[in-house]
Amino acid sequence: MTDQQAHIPHQSLGSRMVDGIRRFAGSDLLYSFVRQPVVVVAFLITVIFILAAIFAPLVAPHDPFNPASLSLMDSFFPPSWVEGGDARFLLGTDNQGRDIFSTIIYGARISLMVGFAAVVFSIALGVLVGLISGFVGGWFDALLMRFADIQLTIPGLLIALLVDGIARTALPSDMREEIAIYVVIFAIGISNWPQYARVARSGAMSEKVKDYVASARIIGTPSWVILLRHVLPNILGPVLVLGTIGLALAITSEATLSFLGVGVPPTTPSLGTLIRIGNDFLFSGEWWITLFPSGALVVLVLAVNLLGDWLRDALNPKLR
Amino acid sequence: MGFLILNRVFQAALVMIVVAMAAFVLSNYVGDPISNMVGQEATQEDRDQLREDLGLNDPAPVQFVRFIGNALQGDFGISYRLQRPVSDLVAERLPATLELVMVSAIFALVVGIPLGIFTALYRTFWGSRLILTVSLAGVSLPTFVVGILLIYVFSVTLQWLPSFGRGETTALGGWTTGLLTVDGWRAIIMPAITLGLYQLTLILRLVRAEMLEVLRTDYIKFARARGLTNRAINFGHALKNTMIPVITIVGLNIGGLIAFSIVTETVFQWPGMGLLFVQAVQFADVPVMSAYLVLASLIFVLTNLVVDILYVVIDPRLRTERRVKAGV
Repeated sequence: MTDQQAHIPHQSLGSRMVDGIRRFAGSDLLYSFVRQPVVVVAFLITVIFILAAIFAPLVAPHDPFNPASLSLMDSFFPPSWVEGGDARFLLGTDNQGRDIFSTIIYGARISLMVGFAAVVFSIALGVLVGLISGFVGGWFDALLMRFADIQLTIPGLLIALLVDGIARTALPSDMREEIAIYVVIFAIGISNWPQYARVARSGAMSEKVKDYVASARIIGTPSWVILLRHVLPNILGPVLVLGTIGLALAITSEATLSFLGVGVPPTTPSLGTLIRIGNDFLFSGEWWITLFPSGALVVLVLAVNLLGDWLRDALNPKLR
Repeated sequence: MGFLILNRVFQAALVMIVVAMAAFVLSNYVGDPISNMVGQEATQEDRDQLREDLGLNDPAPVQFVRFIGNALQGDFGISYRLQRPVSDLVAERLPATLELVMVSAIFALVVGIPLGIFTALYRTFWGSRLILTVSLAGVSLPTFVVGILLIYVFSVTLQWLPSFGRGETTALGGWTTGLLTVDGWRAIIMPAITLGLYQLTLILRLVRAEMLEVLRTDYIKFARARGLTNRAINFGHALKNTMIPVITIVGLNIGGLIAFSIVTETVFQWPGMGLLFVQAVQFADVPVMSAYLVLASLIFVLTNLVVDILYVVIDPRLRTERRVKAGV
């Protein structure tokens, strides 16, 4: 696609955008999207979550992390429609008097941020390894792919837990809280790269024998330029589809790690941390503290999963 | 075929060596093993003496060989947190985890395979569609959320089942089992469902897809033309060929079950290996972490190996394809 655009440099940006929109409006992708109401709903839910996460301070009715606005008098209010509920707190409050609805919005913000960052990290690492591996071939390829095979033998959750555990041991204890989020991103990212590496590798292997690569080589383009500017755009499609499904997986992994108490710290809780905190109050009858964040997590993951599944099928020419 | 199996065994050994190296690096270089063992009042001489006694001043390859030797004898050192030999802790906890994994695998198979067959045979029936939709939701439900929901419904609200622990256990030699008492079975129901649910949906969808695939093939049409009963066709002919990929997936997912037993055990406070491991990660208890890593990897590698070999033994096509490729 980049090659086509390179041939029409005189077109203005505006007309190119209009052109792109027109092409999208007539595409199979949009058609199959509109035809499936479930996918449209999943898309809307995902967009709502992302917007709420970005504009959390504007959307949330309370600021749950400002100690000045919290009062212990407000703790353990049930949801507003239940007897004893307070109209100020739609989904009730937790043990510190924080509004559940607001903590969910802020929690989704952390969950989505960690999920996106982990997927981007996995893709960057996986695609880099896969591209080089597929392009260079030989013993280098064999070594890297054997390494990926070994990692795929061990479930991702276990690898993420181990990486997390090692980081906890290796880092001084006073730094753990501050960089816990980065550790989680790294742990989840590193546990998922082999899938992307495999897809990128098979793409690179089928692209490298094509004429455009040979032509680029003849005019003396350096290998890394061929890889990044010519091969990469051509293999990115399947990688990004995998990335959408990977986002749901990363959000679940983050929630799981946080629920196990080795993920995001309670000072900046994600949905998983909120569920963990609320779980302690399940037996004393305060079900809303844990069940509402759980519901939010399930809806978010389900929506992203549906979207990813649809994208995979819609872009797969064999299924048309 | 001999070559293929040898290749697999070699690969399995390679994985274990890499894992052992990771565990070795973890126990010897992450954090300072000495400062985790001695108290605050130990002098520098004491520390140096301990370092020399433990052989931490030897060259790394020597230490690695010693580590492997100890590991083969089941010696992974002493837990920093509990101050007990790791091997004792593992021996106590292993039965709980293996029982949980076994019961949930059986649950997933016994419910998943019939549902998969049913949804494939009655594809247009509304009940089949309902099962498929629900199973999609099942894939998206994180394990711990399933556990929390079950606890809320059956322990907190209805008060039918216990929410934590293994219930009453019986000791059989070195093995404690909860499967001989009613109490133990009541305790295992919810953890097993929580752990097995994801596998169940996976098996259901796989059996359905494979069954639909097989039912389209010529030999089924031929069987139909011969006038065989539906029952003979579906269960005598079709189901057999459906089972090959199912065996593989189930075998490969034993690893997934063990990994996610970590989560299930945390939710239900199930006294198994997973709970031990999570606590080790929380408290940076390195000997326990490295022992768990080695043991869990060993189980994954062995099941993978058995499945790979079984696959070749069961499916004759794999053998011939290899031979054709090799030009024999």
